[in-house]
Amino acid sequence: MSPRYLLRRLLQVVPAVAGIVLLAFVLVHTAPGDPVVALGGDHGDAAYYAFIRAKFGLDRPLPEQLLAYVASVLRGDLGQSFVHGRPVARVVAERLPATLLLMGTALALSSVAGVWLGVLAARRAARAADLALRTAALLAHATPSFWLAQLAAIVLALGTGLFPVQGFTDPRQSWTGWRHALDVLHHLALPALVLAAGELALTTRLTRTGVLEALGTDYARTARAKGLPERAVVRHALRNALLPVVTVIGGRAGMLFTGAVLVETVFAWPGLGQLMLSSILTRDIPVLLGLFVLVSAAVIVANLLTDLAYACLDPRVRYE
Amino acid sequence: MVLTLALVVVAIFAGAIAPMDPFATVGPPLTPPSRANVLGTDDLGRDLLAGIVHGARTSLTVVLSATALAAVFGVTIGAVAGYRAGTTDDVLMRLTELVQVIPRFFLAVLVVALFGPGLDRLVLVLGLTSWPAIARVVRAETMSLARREFVDAAHALGVPAGRVLMRHILPNALPAAVVVISVNAGTVILMEAGLGFIGLGDPRVISWGYLANNAQRFLRVAWWMALFPGLAIALAVLGMNLLGDALNDLRDPRIRGRARRSPPGSVNSVRTR
Repeated sequence: MSPRYLLRRLLQVVPAVAGIVLLAFVLVHTAPGDPVVALGGDHGDAAYYAFIRAKFGLDRPLPEQLLAYVASVLRGDLGQSFVHGRPVARVVAERLPATLLLMGTALALSSVAGVWLGVLAARRAARAADLALRTAALLAHATPSFWLAQLAAIVLALGTGLFPVQGFTDPRQSWTGWRHALDVLHHLALPALVLAAGELALTTRLTRTGVLEALGTDYARTARAKGLPERAVVRHALRNALLPVVTVIGGRAGMLFTGAVLVETVFAWPGLGQLMLSSILTRDIPVLLGLFVLVSAAVIVANLLTDLAYACLDPRVRYE
Repeated sequence: MVLTLALVVVAIFAGAIAPMDPFATVGPPLTPPSRANVLGTDDLGRDLLAGIVHGARTSLTVVLSATALAAVFGVTIGAVAGYRAGTTDDVLMRLTELVQVIPRFFLAVLVVALFGPGLDRLVLVLGLTSWPAIARVVRAETMSLARREFVDAAHALGVPAGRVLMRHILPNALPAAVVVISVNAGTVILMEAGLGFIGLGDPRVISWGYLANNAQRFLRVAWWMALFPGLAIALAVLGMNLLGDALNDLRDPRIRGRARRSPPGSVNSVRTR
């Protein structure tokens, strides 16, 4: 990866972030309702309204307000939550670990299992496996994550009783240390599996296609001809086959966030999804705004990392 | 194809299939599927079949409008970018990349929270954020078509640029776009359902997401309330995706007719999308 590529790619982040912040700003300002009335009540006098306007800088010209907003977002200040009475950044930061734990586990599960299954399917390029994979991928793509979550809750949690239905830990116990970790893991299992299921079929299918394609190339034939064991040939092929997989996984950050939020709702997992749900109910606009900006930033960063990983893995990637 | 057709038929003849009002109480609450209420009733004794059948209408309205909007934007932007190349192309593609990183679902949540619930804004948000994939495909097709001889011939004959684009290039680029559009339609259904599920649908009309949301509180007692709305969503999305697959096979004559007979592991049988 050349420094030139790195710089060019990093610079692309600026307009993306600017666009998101501008969009958020425009939305808030075109929304019906006057924030001054919301803060000062219906029966305040003109002087009081003017005081509020001046206090929050609402009397300044719009471009100036935009600049102030951009500056505070860059400082990590996403405003004050109406309901919690604390900075949005703090409220969100408290919930972020749970969501990241869920997403990370699901992503790890689907990636490891998907690549393994994909290689397996490619080595036995039978029609049955192909058909099964295509069908699975189609179904996985069509199934709403919250529905899969509901079915899993009904069958696996309520039906068999093997898994807890909701929550992060068992409220009847106050374990610490490894018992606590085990308890969290027990609660994590179902939501993570459900979230991973959606991605699994895609990863498997991409890996299988990539490996099959790579096994058909000249270098794979050469490797076989010089007598390398099949395992080693597949390992060579996998390196190249994984490129598209990495790209697709990285490009699905937004979808993964959406899926996580919906799955969290079903399992009452105390992450960003729960925060979003309660903020919707209480019309806590600053929190929703902050979530939108944060998830957008996460998507932008994920895309950046994907591109950089790709450039590292594939020396052919250059900017003309 | 059949699935999508079935969805359309159900949506149009919703009144005939399930004559009762989806919001009306027709039986005892939380009855499992029976002869009177084929799919059971919900917590207020409303018929679930009526809800699903009428919900098809809501989903289809949103999907058709949002997809039409996305298609108009995507095709126009893609065609202009691909045909004009140079700076125009650069600017339009940067814009496409910008829109592509917007997390649609979270934007929709924000818009509904700010402007209140309603199908119109749902259509606007989903439509105005779903066009980048379409634009990319149309651009790529247009770029390759613009170099063909028949386009050169049209230029040489003095056909104005706009007319060349409309009459000679676009008709050839559209089949590829239709595939992306139908797959995108499936995603829009999922988004709409997801928003309904977290309680951000239009409360005045019944929708699948609303039904699934309602089921959430009764998972323990009423499995049918969760099973059927989700099944309807999955079938609808599956229909859209299969339609996209079928259209793609039709478009590509190399695959046509061979799709099911291609030897295992051949290039044709491992297409990804």
